[in-house]
Amino acid sequence: MIENIKSFLGSFFVTGDPMIYGADASIALATIGIVFYLTYFKKWKWLWDEWLTTVDHKKIGIMYIIAAILMLFRGGVDALLMRAQLIIPNNTFLTSQHYNEIFTTHGTIMIFFMAMPFIFGLMNIAIPLQIGARDVAFPFLNAVSFWLFFLAAMLFNISFVIGGSPDAGWTSYAPLAGLKLDPGVGENYYLVALQISGIGTLATGVNFLVTIFKMRAPGMTLFKMPMFTWSTLVTSIIIIFAFPVLTIALALMSIDRLFGAHFFTIEAGGSPMMWANLFWIWGHPEVYIVLIPVLGIFSEVISTFAHKTLFGYKAMVWSMIAISVLSFTTWLHHFFTMGNTAWVNSFFSVSTMIIAIPTGVKIFNWLFTLNKGRIEFTTAMLWALAFIPNFTIGGITGVMLSLAPADYQYHNSYFLIAHFHNVLIAGTVFGVFAGLHYWWPKMFGHVLNERLGKWAFWVFMISYNICFLPMYFIGLMGMTRRMYTFPSGLGWEPLNLVITLGAFGMGVGFLIMVWMIVYSAKYGKRDTTGDPWNGRTLEWATSSPAPEYNFAHIPQVETVDAFAHMKEKGTAGNIYKAPFQAIHMPNDTGIPFILSVFFFIAGFGLVFEWYWMAIPGTIGIIVSMIVRSFKDHEDHHHIPAEEVEQTERAAGRLS
Amino acid sequence: MSSNNHELNKFPWKHVIGLALSLILTLIALWVVVSLSLPTVATLTIIVLLAVCQAFIQLLMFMHINENHGRGYRILAIAFGFYIAVVVVYGSLWIMWFTV
Repeated sequence: MIENIKSFLGSFFVTGDPMIYGADASIALATIGIVFYLTYFKKWKWLWDEWLTTVDHKKIGIMYIIAAILMLFRGGVDALLMRAQLIIPNNTFLTSQHYNEIFTTHGTIMIFFMAMPFIFGLMNIAIPLQIGARDVAFPFLNAVSFWLFFLAAMLFNISFVIGGSPDAGWTSYAPLAGLKLDPGVGENYYLVALQISGIGTLATGVNFLVTIFKMRAPGMTLFKMPMFTWSTLVTSIIIIFAFPVLTIALALMSIDRLFGAHFFTIEAGGSPMMWANLFWIWGHPEVYIVLIPVLGIFSEVISTFAHKTLFGYKAMVWSMIAISVLSFTTWLHHFFTMGNTAWVNSFFSVSTMIIAIPTGVKIFNWLFTLNKGRIEFTTAMLWALAFIPNFTIGGITGVMLSLAPADYQYHNSYFLIAHFHNVLIAGTVFGVFAGLHYWWPKMFGHVLNERLGKWAFWVFMISYNICFLPMYFIGLMGMTRRMYTFPSGLGWEPLNLVITLGAFGMGVGFLIMVWMIVYSAKYGKRDTTGDPWNGRTLEWATSSPAPEYNFAHIPQVETVDAFAHMKEKGTAGNIYKAPFQAIHMPNDTGIPFILSVFFFIAGFGLVFEWYWMAIPGTIGIIVSMIVRSFKDHEDHHHIPAEEVEQTERAAGRLS
Repeated sequence: MSSNNHELNKFPWKHVIGLALSLILTLIALWVVVSLSLPTVATLTIIVLLAVCQAFIQLLMFMHINENHGRGYRILAIAFGFYIAVVVVYGSLWIMWFTV
């Protein structure tokens, strides 16, 4: 009996590595610390009432961003571990298995649990405010999206201490990820966690599409929307059409692994290549799901801090629409070398080059927006300006990779690694950092410290180039991705050393940023006007932080850059002019959180194939949905006019 | 708002029938694959036809395809959906032909 328990625990918990024991200890300590803090300061009720049950889009946005920053830390530590292993040849810091697990979790976490949630967080905060709405179209569904993402992220993250992490790369290619070559629970974690968070993502896509189509302030026609709203609209459409493909691919591979089917195995008529095909039908649009929103952020930031209307508004919109259409036609370029006919490779080569054109159009629009602008070098603007050249390097090497014959040289080398980090860091990461600085006052009512912000920017941006530019060269010298070590004598030592130094420099940049956030919370300049940047769009028309109901009166929109126009005309004060009326708002509810906990339980059961756990979890999910459908009539309330007046008075809006 | 509430208070027969039909069509597809040993081409043809039927049932029963307002958006959405379906299905066949 005791032997049985021992052997179960030995396989249930990951054992044998001192770093893992360290992680176990720190997880236990952090959990005890949090529980102690919440109990000692009697914060449990506060946590439940203010955060776990909220449907307020601004609070959900803040939770998304906190979770994304935590995941950025986790994924960043993974990256540093990899670079520590590769600092010298024949290093034994990590074993090959451990290295495989780390590059898999690094990629998966950075894309699914860092980039997308960070962007969804900024969308949640900014979109309803930008279009003059009081919340998203489906506030309940919005909370469901967040909690599904969050618990899926937790499910994925516990894999490294319980059961073992996935180790077949973030692309999880069959047949390597199949049951035969990869037994154990690691890949199950990948499949189940991404499936759960994918449901949340799909719901977010639907939610923002409907919000933008149906809830714009009167007068805001489609072509008067702010550019970030446009980019979110386009992204939502891509999500709605791309994510079902991932859902199906993950479901098929789960059926393969859990129930012994053969969709992606070689025996019994399955096709491993079909996994690559389905994965990238979703995967290439996914690139644009994490890129297009930040193009919107850059447009907002550049136009605000150049103090000019965005140049070529219509060209910006149409180029995003063109990207969304074309993004579904380029997926094969991720596996040119898998062996396709010349015609297939040629077609996807050309379609990939074509998609660079609308992207180039946007670059020129930003440059022309800067032209003759009064440029103000705030931290947000620095991130946006650094994006243009750094991203262009990534874009141009992307066009190099799109040439199918040349791709046989670059494929799976560090050249590719350098390319996609060049677009994803200079694009997505710089973009969310710019957005974080830009909208921070709207979230918390104070400005982030500019001096520390600039330090973080320069350290991070320079280190980023030290880290990734040498990768192009080391790739051309023959180093391939996912190597856990390399022999000496190939001339790779100096560049690998430099790359590792750059990676640690980015870590320092991140730490400065965390310090900046802590410092600004205490000493940051308070934003009493609601409009710290002399903004142009409606989110700056309300106070900072925005009240629960966003706008005391729904604004009337006449032009693009609606708020700038109101300020010119002197009508900006109409939004908070007495008398007030009662405001209709959604109720808080605990169901999204409880539903997602059941998803976690069912998911954990599926990962370990413990059906005694998975089946009750699934029943819990269904019961939560039934309960919700009978509570439909009690999901809203009114904020009385007197309370609106008090809130506006407290924000200093009424004299 | 009042007409909306009225709509909400009725029992959603449309959705229940849609769900039942979807389940029946799915079960038929499963039965064709598991219980009948038809040639592969015949099996595939039947399940693709059943899938197309189900897509139309869902469009009619759940997706408000025959409502009147917002016609422009709907035509655009269906055109885009059709485009994606063609690209994904035809593109996959084209790419995978080599191995079939």
